[in-house]
Amino acid sequence: MRLLTHNMLSSNIKGVINGFPLRIEAVKVEEKTVEMNADLLKNMFQKIEWKALIEASRAMGYTGLPEESDFSLLESDEFLSRFHHALLELHLEEGALVCPESGRRFPVSKGIPNMLLHEDEV
Amino acid sequence: MWYLCAFFHRLLDYRKPEVESLAHLFGAFHDEYQNGDVSYHLQWNLPLHHHPDSPFHFVNLPSEQIARNIASRSILVKGMYELWGEGGSYEELRDSVLSFVGEGKLPCLESGSTFRITVDSFGKAISLKEQMELIQGFSYIPFKGQVKLKDPDHNFCLIVVDNNNDGANNGLPPVVQKRLFFGREVGAADRKLLPTYQLKSRTYLGPTAMDAEMAFLMANQALATPGKLVYDPFVGTGSILVAAAHFGAMTMGADIDIRVVRDGRGPDCNVWSNFKQYGLPMPVALLRADNNLPPWRPGLKEVFDAIICDPPYGVRAGGRKSGGRKLLKGTVAPYVVPDDKRNGHIPSTGAYCLVECVHDLLDLAARMLIMGGRLVFFYPVLREDDSSENHFPEHPCFKLICSSEQILSSRYSRVLLTMVKTGPYTEEIAEAARVKHMEFKENHLKWLEDGNLHSAVFSPSNAQLTEEAGDSKFLKDPRPKYRGKYV
Repeated sequence: MRLLTHNMLSSNIKGVINGFPLRIEAVKVEEKTVEMNADLLKNMFQKIEWKALIEASRAMGYTGLPEESDFSLLESDEFLSRFHHALLELHLEEGALVCPESGRRFPVSKGIPNMLLHEDEV
Repeated sequence: MWYLCAFFHRLLDYRKPEVESLAHLFGAFHDEYQNGDVSYHLQWNLPLHHHPDSPFHFVNLPSEQIARNIASRSILVKGMYELWGEGGSYEELRDSVLSFVGEGKLPCLESGSTFRITVDSFGKAISLKEQMELIQGFSYIPFKGQVKLKDPDHNFCLIVVDNNNDGANNGLPPVVQKRLFFGREVGAADRKLLPTYQLKSRTYLGPTAMDAEMAFLMANQALATPGKLVYDPFVGTGSILVAAAHFGAMTMGADIDIRVVRDGRGPDCNVWSNFKQYGLPMPVALLRADNNLPPWRPGLKEVFDAIICDPPYGVRAGGRKSGGRKLLKGTVAPYVVPDDKRNGHIPSTGAYCLVECVHDLLDLAARMLIMGGRLVFFYPVLREDDSSENHFPEHPCFKLICSSEQILSSRYSRVLLTMVKTGPYTEEIAEAARVKHMEFKENHLKWLEDGNLHSAVFSPSNAQLTEEAGDSKFLKDPRPKYRGKYV
């Protein structure tokens, strides 16, 4: 699971109001190089929750992202490549996503987050 | 400019929508946008005496470049031609070709260029010897260039349409009169894709994996191109996303069955390996999620450029949603998972009826697609419904731009619907969807019975049950075997 996916997911358990961002419990993290597409990154930038991305990248052991971000940073190649790395090249292979409100663990195994709810959480 | 568009004689209902979608992709409707009036359809014309199901159509496109782009990306266009002449006889064709004054004509005749003429026929076979004679018959065209059979500058094609001989008419009603076309090829489909991607060579297959040709048609309807993000909420083995990835799109998929998305049949036989097999970029994400309760964070919207899927209709594979079998059946009080069993608990799932599934899909698409983004999905229809007008699902955010039927059995067919997001996902629409969601949940059983396509498809027909079956058979019109829409 890449951090792009993490940035889109929340805990949708019945009754939970603040299910985002999910806390990452990393057991195994992998890095896989992928080709950078600047247009796509700029497009994605508008839709990303920055704070959640920073926290998530730290939980994965990457500290290269600046605390604050705004559109002017997109002009910098250095920033784009860091953003690209955090968003698309870090993979959570094994671990869990933890609901910030209820503490429910959504397991991640073989890189696939299991977001299915239990019978009494629907 | 008008071009002769020759189609492969298959999937008739899918031919024009494919060309129109690709025309959109390659900017043929650019001018219309500026007038504020979005157009999705091209002007089409039929050759003289041709049936609408004929593989030959004339189409009006803004430029040769667009015609070439459309043809080379398409799956169903056999060839796109600049027509130099046509006629009912070789004499008529000759007069027509000689009087042709298109701008593409002169450069092709110049010395120094290379050309080739081939013969194609529809409805009859022409021997090689006859073909040679026909080609030499074109000596009246003042070609100054060299003949080159392999990779020439200009490809010409004589197309002979003659399906009026005894019985052998390719299923089409006979053309009243033989028709001849002569034209310069502008572009043609790359059908080599299909053997490469055919399912029998795919490593990981499921029972409802999408046929490669159809998957490419779906990806074309969805305008998959590099830089776009395409989502399939019922990804299964990824057979639809493979086609979208081939055209360069980034892909994302979800499925409720974790064994399919996570495990597959081992490390070299799973959804990832299906992409690796063709050297395609891996999906951006695969996750296990329920289309009924998607886990997207609040506030997330307009992220996907297209959603392509084949929802479970309950005929070959039934849909599932979370909530638990027993609870949904209403026989047992809500099941509470004991605290000591929460870890590693495998939740049971309940049946997910098609009506609810499609409602959820439209709601998800309305929220998650960008404006102008496309929702492309199959929708099943019972063929015995005599109502002349089909009732396809509707949504205030979407405009249905085309529907293409593929007949699956005498009882039912599936229709590929292409919808464009034309309106924003407002708070009212979201609220209405929430209300409807609760209604589905409360009346789960009723919806399951109402929308049961499986029994409609597999129950014995009435004709066989009644004693007078013999008589009624004669009364009932035999259903045409031919799969075209208009026959």
